[in-house]
Amino acid sequence: MTVSTLAEVTAGPAPAPAARQRVCEYQDLGRMAYGPAWDCQRQLVARRKAGEISDRLLFVEHPHVVSMGRNAREQNILASPEMLVQKGIECWETDRGGDVTYHGPGQIVCYPILDLTEWKRDVLAYVRALEQVMIDAVAEFGIVAGRVTGASGVWVGGEKLGAIGVHLSRWVTSHGFALNVSTDLDYFGYIIPCGLTKPVTSMQRLLGEAPPASDVQQAIVGRFGDVFGAAMTELTTAAGDDSVAPQRAGARNL
Amino acid sequence: MSDVLMPQMGESIVEGTITKWMKQVGDPIERDEPLFEISTDKVDSEVPSPVGGVLEKIFVQEGETVEINTLVARIGDGSGSGGDDPAPVPAAEPQPAAKESSAPAAKAPAQASPAAVNGKAAESGERVRSSPLVRRLAKEQDIDLSLVSGTGQGGRVSKRDMEAYLKGRASAPSAAGVSAPASGGSLGTFRPAPATRFGNHSVEPLSTMRKKIAEHMALTMRLAVHVSTIHQIDCSVIAKARAEAKQKFLEQNGTKLTFMPFFLRASAVALKQFPQINAALDADQVVFHKDVNIGMAVAIDGGLIVPVIRAVDEKSILGLQKSVNDLAGRARDKKLKPDEVTQGTFSISNYGSYGSLFATPAINQPQSAILGLGAIQKTPVVVHDAIGIRSICYATLTFDHRIIDGALADQFMTHLKGVIENWTEPVL
Repeated sequence: MTVSTLAEVTAGPAPAPAARQRVCEYQDLGRMAYGPAWDCQRQLVARRKAGEISDRLLFVEHPHVVSMGRNAREQNILASPEMLVQKGIECWETDRGGDVTYHGPGQIVCYPILDLTEWKRDVLAYVRALEQVMIDAVAEFGIVAGRVTGASGVWVGGEKLGAIGVHLSRWVTSHGFALNVSTDLDYFGYIIPCGLTKPVTSMQRLLGEAPPASDVQQAIVGRFGDVFGAAMTELTTAAGDDSVAPQRAGARNL
Repeated sequence: MSDVLMPQMGESIVEGTITKWMKQVGDPIERDEPLFEISTDKVDSEVPSPVGGVLEKIFVQEGETVEINTLVARIGDGSGSGGDDPAPVPAAEPQPAAKESSAPAAKAPAQASPAAVNGKAAESGERVRSSPLVRRLAKEQDIDLSLVSGTGQGGRVSKRDMEAYLKGRASAPSAAGVSAPASGGSLGTFRPAPATRFGNHSVEPLSTMRKKIAEHMALTMRLAVHVSTIHQIDCSVIAKARAEAKQKFLEQNGTKLTFMPFFLRASAVALKQFPQINAALDADQVVFHKDVNIGMAVAIDGGLIVPVIRAVDEKSILGLQKSVNDLAGRARDKKLKPDEVTQGTFSISNYGSYGSLFATPAINQPQSAILGLGAIQKTPVVVHDAIGIRSICYATLTFDHRIIDGALADQFMTHLKGVIENWTEPVL
């Protein structure tokens, strides 16, 4: 029989990980065009609603694409459609909130497929939480980022580092956030991001050199688990195939 | 027949904007099938139909913003029974009464009368427009909605109209008397005159925060005699001190050095010198505060809040900067504790960060003065009979003339200006 000292009892179980009841699986889709990634999200949303899967966090890097949210105004795309085609930039009208934005190589795009009824039924709290994930993740690289009143996203010194746009269907989320790691910022010149005439920045520009994308991804996974109180589990399936229904093999706790 | 209401998408969310109807009137719809989409900043949400049936009415069009729980659509069984309703929104009477009116027989005579009124109103098409929320309130408070003047679209009775009506009803017996001074800052002051509703317009309810700000601002302007004095301050010395320390400060402390700690320090020094500024009028007494607790106006989503930095006179520049960052950050995240916005003895409003050169801020009750800081700009000025380029800021002191006279206010500002212009305190 073990006897606990008073200190042990009052201190509770020593540094056990905080009580994390919910599981969130994360998966790196690698480089994937906007259309297939969107299809993938929609299928996962349907499966999340049906209770077939747990919460899911998708990582993807898109080839050059301009996406327009529900509140997008055409005048915020500065380049002509011909010009976009000529530059190899796709253009998508989506069902997420927010205005126009750009995705492309060097940008980490995160699509959380979460059932918010198991977290908080609060869209504003969700947007603030996504901002917190980005703020905390870039802080690991020494970047002090923050919020700007009235302009969702993550900002450093008046420049936008991360953007947010979300869709909800019966409290299940899709779309999400995009963080500029080593994005070629010139591409933002073709649009007015989120309808705001504010400059855009990247971790590379702020730090002088780009941190490895995998490190940033790991930071996001860790902070995402903290902010949403979820145990993060990796899904290791080959990206690019029909990874909508990946096996649960290879799951491990971080 | 089933009513579809604007859902609440979060604790602090009071309204929603319909961005898209996925179904048209007459379309069949399944239960849980997406019916419309609503948007708040950055989030677009599908709203599923609560029941299966046929979409019979749409009351709120794409692009319109309405309060939560407002009736936005009605779904019927497809028989068209809902379609013979001539009113675009449901009757004001509580549902049970409406049911009774259509019940064929066995009706007590006493109930016949309201039912008849109901029927008559329906015939003439003069039903009072209202939301289910308002109808519920009406039922709870036993209010005849036809007596409430609706200020919403098409004479629609809003929750605010109900509150105004209730307030009026409560105060009616004593209406002839002098209005109580304490209630003057209440929302009644802001009830728009009917003449504000004309032409093409939309109507939004005030948020809770907005109401509080409105009441507080109206209160301070009525209580205090606001007078402002503006001094030009040469900030070149602190600009240099800041520029020299900036990089090292950031490296050592992980935070940027702003001008705010300099002005907090200068204010504290001047407040110690002129305690009459660090005071509050309480009836026929003046309360002199020994503590120097300075409120700092922070713009946040939907309004502003004034967290208080305590014991400013006892903190270092680093300590002040940390307090500023911490309080401003948590103000924007709405994580301030209630006691962090109270017990201020003086306030600073840094509107210069939004480009303003000079302004006349409103005193934060129950304080007696507020310092306003305009943008610090490089400006050509006369220095020793030559023209030099200096970092100039216009600083305003708005003071309550009931207890502070202009001469005192200017002495205070001269002292504060002296601290800034002859800055010697090491920053690091």
